[in-house]
Amino acid sequence: MAVAAAIQRRSAASRLVEAYGQELVVLGAIIALFVIVGTVNPRFLSENNLINIFSGNAYIAVAAIGMSLVIISGNIDVSVGSLIGVLATIAGTLAVQGYPIWVAWTVPVLVGMAINACVGALIAYFRIPSIVVTLGMLSILKGGLISITAGTWITGMPPEFFIAQARFFGIPAPVYFMVVLTVVMALWMRYAGLGRAIYAVGGNAEAARASGLYPERICVAAFAMHGFFAGIAALLFATQLQVIQSTVPPNLELTVITASVIGGVSILGGTGTVIGSTLAAILFACISSALVFLNVSAYWLRAVLGLLILATVLADMARRRRHRVAGRV
Amino acid sequence: MTALIELAGISKSFAGISVLRDISFDVCAGEVHALVGENGAGKSTLIKIMGGVHRADTGEIRVNGELMHFASPRASAASGIAVVHQELLLFPDLSVAENIFMGHAPRTGWGALDWPQMRRRARELLDRLQSHHIDVDARVGSLSVANRQRVEIARALSQDARVLIMDEPTASLVEEDVQQLLSIVRLLRDKGVGIVYVSHKLPEIFALADRVTVLRDGARVGTAPIGELDERKLVSMMVGRPIDQLFPKQATKIGAPLLELRDLGFGSVVRDVSLTLHAGEVLGIAGLIGSGRTELALTVFGITPATTGEILVDGKAVRIESPQQARDLGIAYVPEDRGLQGLVRPQSIQENISLTVLKSLATGTLIDHRKEEKLARDSIAKFGIRALGPRQIVRQLSGGNQQKVVLAKWLATEPRILIMDEPTRGIDVGAKSEIHALMSALAARGLGILMISSELPEVLGMSDRVLVMKNGTLVAEFDRAEASAEAVGAAMTLANNASNRSGEAA
Repeated sequence: MAVAAAIQRRSAASRLVEAYGQELVVLGAIIALFVIVGTVNPRFLSENNLINIFSGNAYIAVAAIGMSLVIISGNIDVSVGSLIGVLATIAGTLAVQGYPIWVAWTVPVLVGMAINACVGALIAYFRIPSIVVTLGMLSILKGGLISITAGTWITGMPPEFFIAQARFFGIPAPVYFMVVLTVVMALWMRYAGLGRAIYAVGGNAEAARASGLYPERICVAAFAMHGFFAGIAALLFATQLQVIQSTVPPNLELTVITASVIGGVSILGGTGTVIGSTLAAILFACISSALVFLNVSAYWLRAVLGLLILATVLADMARRRRHRVAGRV
Repeated sequence: MTALIELAGISKSFAGISVLRDISFDVCAGEVHALVGENGAGKSTLIKIMGGVHRADTGEIRVNGELMHFASPRASAASGIAVVHQELLLFPDLSVAENIFMGHAPRTGWGALDWPQMRRRARELLDRLQSHHIDVDARVGSLSVANRQRVEIARALSQDARVLIMDEPTASLVEEDVQQLLSIVRLLRDKGVGIVYVSHKLPEIFALADRVTVLRDGARVGTAPIGELDERKLVSMMVGRPIDQLFPKQATKIGAPLLELRDLGFGSVVRDVSLTLHAGEVLGIAGLIGSGRTELALTVFGITPATTGEILVDGKAVRIESPQQARDLGIAYVPEDRGLQGLVRPQSIQENISLTVLKSLATGTLIDHRKEEKLARDSIAKFGIRALGPRQIVRQLSGGNQQKVVLAKWLATEPRILIMDEPTRGIDVGAKSEIHALMSALAARGLGILMISSELPEVLGMSDRVLVMKNGTLVAEFDRAEASAEAVGAAMTLANNASNRSGEAA
């Protein structure tokens, strides 16, 4: 009986670690970073900088939610950076041309969903690997965007367009978007039938099909939702400054994918949570800001992210190996 | 005659399950030594140990009397042992010559590939196999299976193999090619090569082998010169395991027909299959791997919908074109390969079990976690799944417990027709008899069970009736009383001993 009780106790604690191990590691890293960098340079903890970190990067976290859905479903999307650029340009153009603000806000989201639903359909029904379809999409969107805008910036949007600059109770709107969308999606992935189905298809599409699910429809749904989050991310990106550059931050898609992977989403599909990807996006923002406050060249950021990816994957493999030995009954 | 390769006291276990126990085996120059046994008897593992893929836990391997420790397939090849695998390991986009010399191509003084020499020697090797018609520059992917096999044999010879291990070389050949392959094997034997010949097909073994070794359940049953054996005796050595260690099916009342197949076909792999499955009945389907049994199951379950014939459920003709339709008709399928089609391994027990019944567990679109957990807890108790709890990740369970999760998942749909494909493959004896007991209990509740199994004792112990499948169609039927290991084994393996099928029950 004592042994059974001990096993029960052990499993209660280890269950949390096992289910949310990666998320806890990332959270720990964020806290450690705040403590260490804040001690070295207290200005790191100033209100301005915190707003920069959280608000300025919220759109990456939002995009990473959708990316996590796609990766969990067993696919990948390397075109999301260009898509965000296109959707931001659409939003800005509509606003400049005098359409009602709600049109400028909703059209990009709908367009994002439509484009990605098509991408998902190509992958699911024509059985083209997602990396191929989205690489193609990357070129189409990026090339199309530069041709149409000729690389110019969009300016002159009406003041009420800038939703990302709004504040409620002193907290910038993007932070609300990031937190609310993450929480809602975390619950949705856990409690909704479709959320569960996305995990099942990513974990083993054949078993899912044999169980009576429709892997093709689920793939399209995951991509459409990813398009929704890309649309929201594009809005936050488009409205945070007075101008919209037609060149989104380069390598945005890689940053978004990296956030998902470091947050614990298995690149092979089937596991991970959106809480992890959001925490990882915050972690990047912290690292990038910390480098500035520690007087390290910003060029190191990419290298640090690369190291993080490798360390994460190694830690993940080590954890799995340990559990495989310990968990076998 | 001295042995080219000699194995003594070889034992091997994987993850605590013993696969080979104290095996001795040897091959002499200029002999064909056949290795036979049921699926899962340990033949493949023994081959892999000789080929350097696996290392034996205990025992010795001697080549020409010298003690060897093969660390890798390369080390094994270096001592003159070559394996022609059942699934040919060739590079389809490379040429015949490149395939033959992959990994040990002749080089020029500069270290570059010596193409002229490679092509010339490839030509010589193929000529030795009387395969003058194969072009050394042809792309291997463009060759027929029989010709690809010759390339693989030439590849083995190119490494000066003195021992050639052939794993079911005729499994995918048509009769004409089989005869040619047999003559190539005889040719090599006459040149002094020692050949280990693995096959299920008894006629070939009697036509070719000098000696036969029979494996059963990882142990050697015996080795005998072919002259001392006949087909009856060999079959009984292969399958004659005492059945009492298995849980026999309890007698139950056989009810009305649940599932009827009429001339069902799928392409050329399933042809004209007619059968009737009754309530409370376990209908066993025996046959060799590749005889079309799994394909039949996939067709009934709608994964590969039938191209001809009809399916009747409760006497009414139905169309089954997807697993969803099959499920809604009360059919469940416990697949052959747990990893491939049965489980989502990164998910928990609870999430796997609920996968087939997500709709009925949900209120609106949200899953009722309390109901789901209750289902999982009930299943764990009912099926005796040994796990830490419903949230344990399925990957962490043992094979037998994983199989119980697959069963639980499908029984959650409350099916009336259960198709089980290799229900106890790769699980230990204890879990096996638990699953057999479960099947008995389900049949007693009026389910009809269609059981595909490669293990004759399981088929004989569990089935009310036994059907034998061969080349995509049913070739024999036995009642429980008349189904003996010898009779069923013979129907599975012997060449066209045609229909002793006693009257179609439908």
